[in-house]
Amino acid sequence: MKDDRIVGLSAPRKEGRDKVTGRARYIDDISMPGMLYGATVRSRIPRGKIKKITFGPGINWNDFVVVTAQDIPGKNHIALIENDQPCLADGVVNHPEEPILLLAHPDRHALPKAVEAVSIEYDALPPVFTIEASERQSEIIWGADNTFKTFLIQKGNVDEVWNKADYIVEGEYTTGAQEQLYIETNGMIAAFDSERGVTVWGSLQCPYYVHKALMALFNLPETKIRVVQTETGGAFGGKEEYPSMLAAHAALLAMKSRRPVKIIYDRAEDMVATTKRHPSRTRHRTAVRKDGKILGGEIDLTIDGGAYLTLSPVVLSRATIHAGGPYEWPAIRVRAKAVATSAPPHGAFRGFGAPQSLFAMERHMDRIARAVRLSPVEIRRVNFLKQGQTTITEQTINEPIDLGGMLDRALENSSYREKKQRFARENESGNTKKGMGIAAFLHGAGFTGSGERYLRSVVGVEGTAEGRVRVLVSSTEFGQGTNTVLSQIASETLGLPYDDIEIAQPDTGDVPNSGPTVASRTAMVVGKLVASAARGLEQTLTASGTLAANHTPEEFRTACRAYVAAHGQFRSLARYDQPANIFWDDKNYRGEAYSAFAWAVYVAEVAVDLTTYSVTVDDFVALQEIGRVLNPVLARGQIIGGVAQGIGFALYEKVEWRDGRMQNGQMTNYIMPTSADVPPIRVFFEELGNTHGAYGAKGIGELPMDGPAPAIVNAIEDALGVPMDSIPLLPEDIFDAMASASKRESDAHFPAGVR
Amino acid sequence: MTKTGGVQCEISLTVNGEPRTVRAYPMDRLLDVLRQQLGLTGTKEGCGEGECGACSVLMDGALVDSCLVPVLQAQGADVVTIEGLGGDARACALQETFLEYGGAQCGICTPGMILAAVHLLREKPEPTTDDIRQGLAGNLCRCTGYVQIFEAVAAAARRGVAR
Repeated sequence: MKDDRIVGLSAPRKEGRDKVTGRARYIDDISMPGMLYGATVRSRIPRGKIKKITFGPGINWNDFVVVTAQDIPGKNHIALIENDQPCLADGVVNHPEEPILLLAHPDRHALPKAVEAVSIEYDALPPVFTIEASERQSEIIWGADNTFKTFLIQKGNVDEVWNKADYIVEGEYTTGAQEQLYIETNGMIAAFDSERGVTVWGSLQCPYYVHKALMALFNLPETKIRVVQTETGGAFGGKEEYPSMLAAHAALLAMKSRRPVKIIYDRAEDMVATTKRHPSRTRHRTAVRKDGKILGGEIDLTIDGGAYLTLSPVVLSRATIHAGGPYEWPAIRVRAKAVATSAPPHGAFRGFGAPQSLFAMERHMDRIARAVRLSPVEIRRVNFLKQGQTTITEQTINEPIDLGGMLDRALENSSYREKKQRFARENESGNTKKGMGIAAFLHGAGFTGSGERYLRSVVGVEGTAEGRVRVLVSSTEFGQGTNTVLSQIASETLGLPYDDIEIAQPDTGDVPNSGPTVASRTAMVVGKLVASAARGLEQTLTASGTLAANHTPEEFRTACRAYVAAHGQFRSLARYDQPANIFWDDKNYRGEAYSAFAWAVYVAEVAVDLTTYSVTVDDFVALQEIGRVLNPVLARGQIIGGVAQGIGFALYEKVEWRDGRMQNGQMTNYIMPTSADVPPIRVFFEELGNTHGAYGAKGIGELPMDGPAPAIVNAIEDALGVPMDSIPLLPEDIFDAMASASKRESDAHFPAGVR
Repeated sequence: MTKTGGVQCEISLTVNGEPRTVRAYPMDRLLDVLRQQLGLTGTKEGCGEGECGACSVLMDGALVDSCLVPVLQAQGADVVTIEGLGGDARACALQETFLEYGGAQCGICTPGMILAAVHLLREKPEPTTDDIRQGLAGNLCRCTGYVQIFEAVAAAARRGVAR
């Protein structure tokens, strides 16, 4: 190990200075000569056949470029998994806000009126708005049975456990849609050239997803599509799949007009028309021994995918694998399905299914604790996975994880026991009730099962003519710290100063496909490839005799400059190869689901005001084991930011649906946490290392989204003594839950027939 | 968002210390005039309804959402945007502490957040944590969960006191 380590230190954010000075250029900050502005005419009904489109009076339509499905040169779909989602509706719409046609004009202010002036007549078809209605199948809106995907996990013999159980505990838990609410809305600029083809610049996570979608849409070879990511103002999964749609729209308008076209969604359009977190319903039935040990159980998990399949099977997969939490299940059966409804497709959002199934698991643990008359602490301790045991997919935990020790530390850091006692005393009087809640959980890092093997990501590292080093990846920066952490890894590997490292702008014309920037995979998987490609660069120089094995940074720079002068472009590539010992059975959902899990115990302290029924989170302890912390400031920032989003998921962020359309598509009435709403969020790390990750790292981006909601809702139950099983939990929901609980109580005093 | 008609007029104002004259419709948003006419793209649009604070600028020393200010209202005003903070010692300290403490992640709220923090420290050079929480409550950040922003502002305040 070198003395001048940079991995593990808080290197300053690579693009940070541009961000704090306002110089960073986001897509709406960029203009091109002759550029037009684009807008989208969308479905105003949830489901129906398009009868007639009329371009109304009062608009000089000759000034507008109009694109319909008939203008698409290739296939009218957004290529992803099933290719069932059209780019522009052709004859039929399947959800509100579905794109039907596109307009472009030189004056962006001329567009809203023109969009309004397009009237569309429909033959309405019956829509389906809920998981339950979709399951009834009285109306089939997708495939043969409204079902996008099902999974089944079976471990042990669940049917034998019920007879041995001292308790059988049942519960049903639901979670709502959640808007990603990145502060920069979706935006894209496209240009078309008959020689060079299509180029798009925009706010996005996955340049090669957009690249693939545009190839199919334009029927062009890969060399005729170029996708460039510009500075991206937040994403959280919300810019994983939808940017392919937006890029397609801008590019179709650019092709037809032969001018650059910019589309920037305003906040309302971004909120109502683009993806959100999948709503979910999870049912648990668990056999428990009187000492609290879980003997086995059944979990029935359903997510609402919206009108098209998009990424729902993958979201469902992660929800399914995480459904059992960090516990040892001798026997379990998980039945999972994603169903269609007449809502805009739900999509990727940090956590990707795990926050939904883990909310259910961690609420259910508290329900089990009550049934068995153990504390929330002890019920978890009895059931925690230990080294050598297996997960619900029968993956053996090989690392020396100590969840009991983590729990102890989290309890101590949150003064859990002392506060529990004090609150129990204080809650007897007064109008504010306080409580403490725990959530223990895990999050698998990287793609599931065979995913990374199929991706076969490639990373490049280049030595430049100036003797500097450029990292070439399609992995994108959108706030999480990709640029910084990958630079630290290259710097550490080559023994060069951090400032010698540059990150190439993600541009499919320049960088290899290092995979999508999703699934908490970048630092761990891509980072390891950066280290490997960087070593390749160094080895080329030492093998060519221009660089000694032991060298100074200046000697490296000199050798690099000489190599480029003599041979031209100097690049080293590294490709992912899955370790041989990773086995995954996609058919039976069994095996090594993830090469590493991050583990966590979170503790929330809440106060409920019984006058307003509002909840404040007064303290929050987030303790996690994440392999190695590569950059403490950035890692802590990821955790705190995720916890804040989790607080929103639990307590504030409610999508009001009417006829499949979000009604509160404004920041005024869809409420996210402000600086006045967040508690002290106290972050603690444990580091066990990880042989599969760069310098021991595990993925952490999504982990902090999983735990806050159940910890907070468990704390609310602790404060009020009333179970709450649905989120978001707004004051009116708490009021309703308490009213129905007290009604149940009074009903219990008067057996049926007495009144 | 849309122009409300009328006739364009000349509006004179001071932006980042320089006198500027623009031709605009009276109800054009100050945000659009800054970004599109004056090329000051450091001021961002997040929601267009005064909720998120990404478009915050200082106008005659007050912190305003430039998406809610009709440009006519800025006639004769002294406007400061993120681009105009170079000579302000307090702002420079904030920019450094935002880098050091992780106050900026995706960066889209950062210009507005820094202007809000500059405004806060001018009013309260030695703010309590609660002052900071309340003082920044009009500026939404989806990435950081705010805690590292609080730390950055507190650190900048300490450096200001030491100076």
